[in-house]
Amino acid sequence: MADKIATRAAYGETLVEVGAENPNLVVMDADLSGSTMTKKFGQTYPDRFFNMGIAEQNLYAVAAGIALSGKTVCASTFAMFAAGRAFEIIRNSIGYTGANVKICATHAGITVGEDGASHQTFEDIALMRTIPGMTVVNPCDGVSAKKLLKKVIDFEGPAYVRLGRAAVPVFYGEDAEFTIGKANVLREGGDVAIIATGIMVAEAMEAAETLAADGIEARVIDMHTIKPLDEEIIVKASNEIGKIVTAEEHSVIGGLGGAVAEVLCQKAPCKVAMVGQKDTFGESGKPDQLKEKYGMTAADIVKAVKSL
Amino acid sequence: METKQYEDLARKVRTDIIRMVHSAGSGHPGGSLSAAEIVTALYFKEMNIDPENPKMENRDKFVLSKGHAAPVQYAVLAERGYFPVEDTLTLRKLGSKFQGHPNMHKVPGIEMSTGSLGQGISVCVGMAIANKMDKNPGRIYTLLGDGELQEGLVWEAAMAAGHYGLDNLVAIIDNNGLQIDGKNDDVMTVRPIDEKFKAFGWNVVEIDGHNFEEIFDAFDQARACKGKPTAILAHTHKGRGVSFMEDNAGWHGKAPSDEQTEQALEELGGEL
Repeated sequence: MADKIATRAAYGETLVEVGAENPNLVVMDADLSGSTMTKKFGQTYPDRFFNMGIAEQNLYAVAAGIALSGKTVCASTFAMFAAGRAFEIIRNSIGYTGANVKICATHAGITVGEDGASHQTFEDIALMRTIPGMTVVNPCDGVSAKKLLKKVIDFEGPAYVRLGRAAVPVFYGEDAEFTIGKANVLREGGDVAIIATGIMVAEAMEAAETLAADGIEARVIDMHTIKPLDEEIIVKASNEIGKIVTAEEHSVIGGLGGAVAEVLCQKAPCKVAMVGQKDTFGESGKPDQLKEKYGMTAADIVKAVKSL
Repeated sequence: METKQYEDLARKVRTDIIRMVHSAGSGHPGGSLSAAEIVTALYFKEMNIDPENPKMENRDKFVLSKGHAAPVQYAVLAERGYFPVEDTLTLRKLGSKFQGHPNMHKVPGIEMSTGSLGQGISVCVGMAIANKMDKNPGRIYTLLGDGELQEGLVWEAAMAAGHYGLDNLVAIIDNNGLQIDGKNDDVMTVRPIDEKFKAFGWNVVEIDGHNFEEIFDAFDQARACKGKPTAILAHTHKGRGVSFMEDNAGWHGKAPSDEQTEQALEELGGEL
């Protein structure tokens, strides 16, 4: 496997790159700039960086005010405090107004690790995708994070970008192409479709290798955009294959699994199994230990495929 | 304009509010009536705006942080010429652009969709920061309720405005002392308001919020103050101008009956 890089690190690099060519880009943080990786942008373009202190509600309302004055704003904190704590501010001051704010939330999911349950967000995709007009993007590696972030910064309107803490393998080539709202098929197969998002895409690819050894060919789909959801690719997988496993580092309630099931039950019902955080909180531990304990590994995807 | 003319305008605005809320059958007359002078003063004298060109560059902006007082902003915008007063009688009705709480995409002159308390002032901090970045001379004004000060977000915003020295930001507190459940002092004390804002690094001016001379003077003081945002603590009466609504928390959020409307309009000078 190629080098490893956290999607948050790719975010930090992207901001500095885009900042050079786009003087309209403003970046904001809430005392976590070293962790969310916005710090480098702040050092490079201090006039366009605002630290709002430990005040996430204010972070997003102020971001709305700056964006409604004509700027593009990337505003970052941990996913728990963005989607969670500031939900209603995001809903009313960013979603309802259509403000051009990109909520770039890091440290999402179980791989936050040692910080434990108070910081492990499994609800953010569910919360954000219910807001009308909110684009929801969840990149799986460094390359996709950079490319998707550039597209997100380019369009006018609100978006939620889910980024991780842990370094993850880079498996997209530099020439890979991304379109918001169009999933990428990473592997072809006719026995099962694995629809994965975020860091679970790598697990899905590993699961597909294991399954292939048992003679089961899996189609692996990187659903990097949860909203607008690529319904066409989901319906096609159902019609052509009829067995779907979803995989996400998020609650199985309301996240990718829920979104896929909403499409399938209305347009092309088939057997579905969901891999993700069950209806429970996490705990402290190393990311790999936690992924195993809470059932979000390649092995869990294999098991889910075989259960269908 | 003479002070008397502003007072007549405020009276007209009050009749518009009563008609609007009566027509809607619901809404918030109390906190709209208490702010009639303040909002009139902003749009008719203080702010650099153009009703013919609501998106004019470098304009001053007003955000109604206490969004439930939408009728007072609709009334003043109408009187200022943004749209006909009659249109506002569709307030709160299906398909109307005059939503129960202001929507920036439906009504010309509305700078921010508000209604959820505490967010307006916080958004204004962003607008003030953006204007500083752009060296845009436009000033940012917001009106908060005193009950609204119970929202934690208000103080996050106050802290940030002080920290960034936003002297292009003015927050006016409609200090009528009442909120839905009764007196601020009984529900959740917000006093001392002046010392709280001062502690966050604000310039504070205290006035009678129904006195145009004092309102204009406070705006001048805000303009003259450099390096600090200004909070204008405006002492007001909820339901001002209508005897049976004055200083009565019960009129926070209900519409007058036909008879009550008739009486209110008569008290306000029906011929207006």
